[in-house]
Amino acid sequence: MKAIETLRKDFPILHQQVNGFDLVYFDNAATTQKPRAVLDVLMHYYECDNSNVHRGIHTLSHRATVAYEAARERVASFIGARTEEVVFTRGTTEGINLVARAWGDANLRAGDRILLTEMEHHSNLVPWQLLAERTGAELIFLPITGDEGLLDLERLDVLLSDGVKLFAFTHISNALGTINPAGELCRRAREKGVITLVDAAQSVGHAPLDVMDLGCDFLVFSGHKMCAPTGIGALYGRFDLLQSLPPFHGGGEMILTVDWLHSDWKRAPHKFEAGTPNISGAIALAAAMDYLDAIGRDAIFAHDRELGAYAADRLRELPNLRLLGPRDERSGIVSFHLNDIHSHDIVSFADHRGIALRGGHHCTQPLMRRLGLDSTTRASFYFYNNREEIDRFVEVLSEIQTFFG
Amino acid sequence: MQDLADLYQAVILDHNRRPRNFVAMESPDRVAVGDNPVCGDHYTVFLRLEGDRISEVSFQGAGCAISKASASVMTSLLKGKTAEEARKIYEKFHQMVTTGEVDPENLSDLSAFAGVYQFPARIKCATLSWHAALNAVADPEAGKVSTEE
Ligand SMILES: Cc1ncc(COP(=O)(O)O)c(C=O)c1O
Repeated sequence: MKAIETLRKDFPILHQQVNGFDLVYFDNAATTQKPRAVLDVLMHYYECDNSNVHRGIHTLSHRATVAYEAARERVASFIGARTEEVVFTRGTTEGINLVARAWGDANLRAGDRILLTEMEHHSNLVPWQLLAERTGAELIFLPITGDEGLLDLERLDVLLSDGVKLFAFTHISNALGTINPAGELCRRAREKGVITLVDAAQSVGHAPLDVMDLGCDFLVFSGHKMCAPTGIGALYGRFDLLQSLPPFHGGGEMILTVDWLHSDWKRAPHKFEAGTPNISGAIALAAAMDYLDAIGRDAIFAHDRELGAYAADRLRELPNLRLLGPRDERSGIVSFHLNDIHSHDIVSFADHRGIALRGGHHCTQPLMRRLGLDSTTRASFYFYNNREEIDRFVEVLSEIQTFFG
Repeated sequence: MQDLADLYQAVILDHNRRPRNFVAMESPDRVAVGDNPVCGDHYTVFLRLEGDRISEVSFQGAGCAISKASASVMTSLLKGKTAEEARKIYEKFHQMVTTGEVDPENLSDLSAFAGVYQFPARIKCATLSWHAALNAVADPEAGKVSTEE
């Protein structure tokens, strides 16, 4: 990997003071920062090529269409999919809702079951609750082992047997930092004929990933957690599966012919993209993928894990700190509870030292309740973070313990 | 730059460390719950009434230093007040945490919360238990208040 200092130069936003201190940005699990290369692509698109896609005959429209479809190819190559298996979405949440609607409504009946895990983000829980309400299907949950936050794999086969039609789980937990064995989970589900959906929001931009190796049926992610803008993401779906589904939204772009009472729609993936899409977002997402591949996803993953392990070690030095997540092999996410100090007090204090953290339930309220916590404080790293920043962060935590002690 | 010491004044840190009237009341006349689902702050306020007057008040629960200290200060202040007096104190308090202006006639320990207005995200923390308490005073059927409704 290039030196961190060199990479940091690519991120204009990192070079500022916040409340009188050099910014330490440790909220990457919420959203990452954007490199100059991605910002330039956005700017270039609006300055030179901006136009609507697919329906135009003129030059700019042609350029925008070509760039948009090239972005789809880039996303496909980034995750090992075929181009027609990539649907652009607003992000992870929309991808899951699309599957819950299009696949779920067509395939689930009363009494069928959907298997989730206890560590899911609300966006991989609430759409299934809505689906369960519509169809009479039932949600069941693969438990975690407690503070260590590992999935209880011994329970998996039994749970998968019980009338389960779909297994949806997160690849990397945003609240615990757990890296789930996604390939094994998909394999065991497929053996039982269960469809899988992988929430890759925290993994696609952080680790090498290939949908063929994983053996998943659906996979969803958000661009903004991997150096691209907000409002763009993608859904991968196995082509035969996508092709068998009804559309999600109706409107322009997704149709072939429209009559008063009936319409025919395009093949996948376009039948799932109604209306003018986020063209600049898709192009910028492709640019972000180029940027990440130039650094190397293996190197990024190694760096994340190295920082995660270092932070965990440093945090363990603090008295009265309850660290969540796996003892070894964690991602670059550390989540903890310090004394009885509320996470929002910690976050406010750290903010005054220029450190951006996140406190709260991290969109995993049932998980927090399961662990007997109201909230945790979370620091999440990316390739532009370094050990010195973690040292500063641990020092500030120690100051916080004294202040509120 | 806003100063941390403006937000976390000594009075607030003290009430956070040693909250006053921090017990579940036996046989209260009114109970109300204050919830902030966004940050997980969660308090129960207990009241005993004599006619129109609050004779006893206590609270239980957990949350950030601002919300806990505010609840603690509130319980010390509301004891012996009528519903109308309680509402007036709250109005001044609310005015202060949203504008930063401290009434010279003063609000005793409550003036420690003047700095909250510089931290808009924390105003709800300061007012949470007040909403619950005033709701309970006003409404015999009082149950739950949430910052998100
Ligand atoms: C694991 C996980 N799933 C889903 C989401 C939702 O992503 P988005 O809000 O971009 O749709 C997030 C992000 O907060 C996440 O961390």
